[in-house]
Amino acid sequence: MAEPFPGERPVTEAVVREHKINAGEYVAILELLGREPTLTELGIFSALWSEHCSYKHTKHILRKFPVDGPQVVQGPGENAGVLRLPDGWAVAFKIESHNHPTAVEPYQGASTGVGGILRDVFTMGARPVAVLNSLRFGPLDEPRNRFLFAGAVKGVGDYGNCIGVPTLGGEVSFAPCYSGNPLVNAMAVGILREADLIGASAEGVGNILLTVGAKTGRDGIHGASFASEDLTAESEKRRPQVQVGDPFTEKLLLEASLELITGHYIVAIQDMGAAGLTSSSAEMAARGGVGVELDTSKVPTREPGMTPYEIMLSESQERMLVVAEPHRLEEIRRVCQKWDLDATPVGRVTDDGLFRIIHDGRTVAAIPGQELVDGCPRYAPPAAEGVEVRARRAARPQVDDLDPVIALERLLDTPTIASKRWVFEQYDGTVRAGSVAPPGGEAGILRVAECRFGIAMTVDCNSRHVLLDPYEGGKGVVAEAARNIACTGARPLGITDCLNFGSPETPAIYFQFEEACRGISDACRAFGTPVTGGNVSLYNQSPMGAIDPTPTVGMIGLIDDVTKAVPSHFQNSGDAILMLGHRTGHLGGSAYWAEVLDTVAGAPPAVDLAAEKALQDFLVMVAERQLLHSAHDLSDGGLAVALAECCIGGPWATTVFGATVDLARHADGVSDIGWLFGEEGASVIASCAPVHVAELQRLGATLGVRCHYLGLVGEQEGTVEVLRDERSWRWSARKLREIYMNAIPRRMSGDVTEGVN
Amino acid sequence: MAHVAVVRFPGSNCETETLAAVVRAGGTAELVDYRATSLGTAEVVILPGGFSYGDYLRSGAIARFAPVMAAVQAHAAGGGHVIGICNGFQILCEAQLLPGALLQNAQRHFTSRPVDVRIERNTTCCTADYARNEVIRIPIAHGEGRYVADAPTLALLEGEGRVVLRYVTVPGTDMPANPNGSLNDIAGICNATGTVVGFMPHPERLADTTLGSDAGHRFFTSIVSSLASGVGT
Repeated sequence: MAEPFPGERPVTEAVVREHKINAGEYVAILELLGREPTLTELGIFSALWSEHCSYKHTKHILRKFPVDGPQVVQGPGENAGVLRLPDGWAVAFKIESHNHPTAVEPYQGASTGVGGILRDVFTMGARPVAVLNSLRFGPLDEPRNRFLFAGAVKGVGDYGNCIGVPTLGGEVSFAPCYSGNPLVNAMAVGILREADLIGASAEGVGNILLTVGAKTGRDGIHGASFASEDLTAESEKRRPQVQVGDPFTEKLLLEASLELITGHYIVAIQDMGAAGLTSSSAEMAARGGVGVELDTSKVPTREPGMTPYEIMLSESQERMLVVAEPHRLEEIRRVCQKWDLDATPVGRVTDDGLFRIIHDGRTVAAIPGQELVDGCPRYAPPAAEGVEVRARRAARPQVDDLDPVIALERLLDTPTIASKRWVFEQYDGTVRAGSVAPPGGEAGILRVAECRFGIAMTVDCNSRHVLLDPYEGGKGVVAEAARNIACTGARPLGITDCLNFGSPETPAIYFQFEEACRGISDACRAFGTPVTGGNVSLYNQSPMGAIDPTPTVGMIGLIDDVTKAVPSHFQNSGDAILMLGHRTGHLGGSAYWAEVLDTVAGAPPAVDLAAEKALQDFLVMVAERQLLHSAHDLSDGGLAVALAECCIGGPWATTVFGATVDLARHADGVSDIGWLFGEEGASVIASCAPVHVAELQRLGATLGVRCHYLGLVGEQEGTVEVLRDERSWRWSARKLREIYMNAIPRRMSGDVTEGVN
Repeated sequence: MAHVAVVRFPGSNCETETLAAVVRAGGTAELVDYRATSLGTAEVVILPGGFSYGDYLRSGAIARFAPVMAAVQAHAAGGGHVIGICNGFQILCEAQLLPGALLQNAQRHFTSRPVDVRIERNTTCCTADYARNEVIRIPIAHGEGRYVADAPTLALLEGEGRVVLRYVTVPGTDMPANPNGSLNDIAGICNATGTVVGFMPHPERLADTTLGSDAGHRFFTSIVSSLASGVGT
């Protein structure tokens, strides 16, 4: 039985509503407790039963994801997924959103997003070795969007840079739907010895619970419920609910946690992330099937007079909850002292299954623990495709095609397609001395320890395709990620996903969610890349409307020998240029229609999963045999953009290459525009020594992958030239590079003030 | 064999790869905690990169007061070799073991990318294995790397040949050669005797052919071979 904490408000109908608990949920609480909850209990329910923590609208769909495979060490349900690597190594990785905080306070919102995801990885016993991120903002011609974008990039950078984890990749895109609701998805990747893997399951009645790291303050209270509602004009007032990051403390916490884990001093550890002490303690207890008792008056706080309600719901950053055997306390304290951190016993594991909070000797909350975590009412709302989307899918541009020469230049000047050098230059890309490929290529590649093998990693999502057809778009997201991984010569191993959608209570949006998940599942099954975890972010909508459905996928691949990694850009004049895969000239949903003709319309390409898999297998095989000099997938902007990027070279290249490509022999019925700018998936531009063309074509035939010979890489500082019958289009490679490199800097040189929407 | 101490301050984050680079070059190295009062048998001390104490105040401003710095000062005063890389360079300036200061980059944000630097002095213990005026490409990653000093100090540095590394333009690059607005394009300097050296670029991050280039490797072979042959001591 729990009693109210002195001075706290009585639980009235208005207070319940304020906690975003609906009538049905409140009835469930009354039945579970057999009485009215105290305010502290209500706060605890509101956090754990928020969409963010409970997945109440989505869990039954997420259960359909394929999660098994011989490479899976840890699937969904822990702080991060873990996949097996050679020689006793394993990789822990996860992606998570920090959208709502970023919308109101971009610097801290983005920075604490990175901090949180790093903690998820190092609580598995893995040392973070790379960060990736997916950022989406409204168009850069609006000052407010520039402010949000610049702030988020600085926030992501400052946090990861200070910790000393390189950012190895990511994507940045811009569309009007993100003006009111930007997206910041951060992915962390860590390496561990498989034997050092630790879980977040409270075990052993009588074991103690300790908080390690920063003190608890009044920041971030109710962050989890904030993340579970629409953004409105009122959201600005939520600024105090945005947490404040301290990467220096995080760095110390990282080192201390890894020492505690690899030294086997502790039983379990979990980050105090969303819903802070509440979710970490309740989830650890539920996983272990035990009860816990916490004494909030023992939790170190930043200011006196904090109530148990505030302590339980604070989202102060850089804190860990640790479960340990009582006799290890002194050793644990010694390790923490080495890193200038406090470790404070605040509770114990009990056998009564209750989640009990005590403050100054008074029981202020006592809730059946398993039901607290699992008992939230579930919802399977109606799903129906929106009429507007159907109309868009049937539509075509009503304007004339543009001259291809101008069209390519315009695409390269589109911030979504253009070089992100302005962004990743602000992120440390080389710390830890393991980065094999610079950012800006197909996928980040990292050497593991001093081993021969390495891991490749990418994050991708073509939200326009998902908008126009969520099932095919969902498949396409996984296919693009896998293609990027395979282009480097790495084998795709598994994914983590960050599912950003609008309100699930809108049938058209719930339809998008269901269908996109079905697409992701089908693609993951076809590729043998299970889902190892991730995060769902709903209610991404503002008075300006809902975001386009954005299921971001982070993928990890394994490359057996990093010295055989295939570059993304042309390397030598005189190399042969091949197009791997088939061309249908599919323009529905293309960047050409969207960015050049200003028409988001048409059916996106149907993803041929078998063709994608064959292409992946082929890329891995020929990389292993060192037959390719470069490989670059076709995505936004099709062949023309991919060819231009191959010629433009990497972000810090000192030369560009010309190229001559003749499409005549491959023409068969495809329009010029379709050939140049169509996007049909399962295709890659590669280069190789001319003597290897026949060998590649022979190997391709064994896997059913066509290798079209298109032409030759030209001179340095030369011309990019595409010929088709008597027609031809030409560009100066240097000029294309200038357009591509300057698209974002020239827009960001304008006013970057906070402004208003 | 050369023995190197790599100091770990709270918030250092390049100590592991710095140590590995020394070992790869054939030396021995150990991490020394910032609370240590002795550097043991080390002949060379490296202050590695990172964000000591978070660098929330001014880079290196707190680290200079760490207990180990007394030992580093004594080591330098006795003619011992001290090398500061990035945050280490900032600490050496704060500790007045090197003149001048490192301010926020002119472009006002953190910048991580390769730079082309010329080795202008190859008589220090960490540049001896490079040819004088050799140009190499190694990474930088810093937010506060704009080297400044008053005019007499700059004149002294130039006059005495104490600019060890200078940013230079390589044809075809479409990035500014000077990545942070440093005066005289200075990337690294040394003290009057050439025994204390500080620079912003990170040679330890590109010291292994597996990563595509080992342009920074010879900083570490220099350390090992200089000490073995007594050059510069």
